[in-house]
Amino acid sequence: MYNHPVYTDNDPQTEHSTLNLGPTHPATHGVFQNVLEMDGERIVSGVSTIGYIHRAFEKIAEHRPFYQITPLTDRLNYCSSPINNMGWHMTVEKLLGITTPKRVDYMRIIIMELSRIADHIVCNSILGVDTGALTGFTYMMQYREAIYEVFEEICGSRLTTNIGRIGGFERNFNHIAFAKIRKVLKDFNYGLKEFESLFNRNRIFVDRTRGVAAVTPEQALSYSWSGPILRATGVDYDVRAMEPYSSYDEFDFEVPVGDNGDVYARFLVRNEEMWQSMRLIEQALNKIEKEDSSIFHADVPAFYLPPKEEVYNNMEALIYHFKIVMGEVETPNAEVYHAVEGANGELGFYLVNDGGRSPYRLHFRRPSFINYQMYAPMSRGMLLSDAIINMSSLNVIAGELDA
Amino acid sequence: MGKIANEVLIEKLTAKFPGEVAAISQDFGLLAVETTREHITEVLSYLKNDDELKFIFLTDITGVHYPEQEKAIGVVYHLHSLTTNTRIRVKVFLSADDVHIPTATTIWDGANWMERETYDFFGVIFDGHPDLRRILNVDDMTAFPMRKEYPLEDPNRIDKKDYFFGR
Repeated sequence: MYNHPVYTDNDPQTEHSTLNLGPTHPATHGVFQNVLEMDGERIVSGVSTIGYIHRAFEKIAEHRPFYQITPLTDRLNYCSSPINNMGWHMTVEKLLGITTPKRVDYMRIIIMELSRIADHIVCNSILGVDTGALTGFTYMMQYREAIYEVFEEICGSRLTTNIGRIGGFERNFNHIAFAKIRKVLKDFNYGLKEFESLFNRNRIFVDRTRGVAAVTPEQALSYSWSGPILRATGVDYDVRAMEPYSSYDEFDFEVPVGDNGDVYARFLVRNEEMWQSMRLIEQALNKIEKEDSSIFHADVPAFYLPPKEEVYNNMEALIYHFKIVMGEVETPNAEVYHAVEGANGELGFYLVNDGGRSPYRLHFRRPSFINYQMYAPMSRGMLLSDAIINMSSLNVIAGELDA
Repeated sequence: MGKIANEVLIEKLTAKFPGEVAAISQDFGLLAVETTREHITEVLSYLKNDDELKFIFLTDITGVHYPEQEKAIGVVYHLHSLTTNTRIRVKVFLSADDVHIPTATTIWDGANWMERETYDFFGVIFDGHPDLRRILNVDDMTAFPMRKEYPLEDPNRIDKKDYFFGR
């Protein structure tokens, strides 16, 4: 009646089976498809298919003025949108030769480091979920929520923030925002300690992650890896330290590196980066108190939209408003590459400008795209369950992968 | 080791490849050099393997389309020397009816997807690439959408013409 073959352990397994992992598998946390050739539980080979949520941002950007590209960058790595926003703003500022006031730099550092913490919280706690520990995830999510409340207080939105403008911020931080930032620091100090004591020496977690998907520094560099996963292999490349932007050079922080580039080392590097981010925010909060508290943007009327009430009542503001909206402002004819340390690695903006209101060509160097290409080759010979946690620890974000 | 000065880079490159490598710009301190597709593999491997330069990190490969130029398609390589903290931009221009260029996958494994992306959007054919397929767009697409002639929106739309906005 039933014609299905039934295999026992003694039967020779002569055939490999094909497994479609994705595009919408719950264990992959995003739209990732990998067609795996399996020999039992082991992966023989794999092919990654990407592009499921490709939205042609680079093409759209060629038709938009600079300030309207910020919302596009939100949708790259949507776990840490503010870093993308500010990376883009700094690229345009570099092109236009705008120097931002120190207070703006410190405000940016606070926001960027908060979003780095939010991103690492997601990655590390999801890694816990994938290894079977849901508790850490449920506790850590409340700190991400607290960070999103800071964003909400500052710019009104939480996930796709569109925070900041070319030249600075759209409005000043109020005292509630500062109070919330301080509360995040205070609470998360305790929360991260608890998270670390739950995982770092947990026998099950360490057995599950130690030695899994270990990558040598040579391999990682050959595949152009960057960010925490490169640092986990022992290469101390961090854009914040190598090419300091936004006054990072005034700050005291360390670049943590791992030993053998496995999932456990990546986990530890991300945890340590969260501690360093908190150090940076604390220093920035101290430095910001010494600055003039009314400054929140550079004095660049030709690129920074004036407040609405001034547009209605002030001739000069109205002219600048008109010029910005209609794109009548001259821009230099130049090429610029600017990189920031995104949560996943070097997030670069290659902007070719021809003097117009929108880029001639804009290319995003997206760390997730470049980091993910080693996934299928490195999965060869790996257990399927190890490949799942390997993907978690790469922290590939579908929006950034597909742009 | 400190940052390598652009003059030193130009000097080393012109000494090694006389007449084949030309500096074209130094926007914001980042040196951009142009070479030809016959020499791109040698130039890239020289930059990577030279003991003083060590541009071991391939930051990015992408393309730019200049339809009004004779050689319309530009392939742009960004390299980074992590030991000296120096960046360099290498460009090769190709004519639109002959878009062949040797692959860089022989030098960096990471060039694979970057070249696939460049092929996908600009139609640049990287000779010797192990798996040159479309990557982000659908496989049966016939156009190369980042070329300038490919319209972003429906060209028949009349509500967004420039003259409505005084341009």
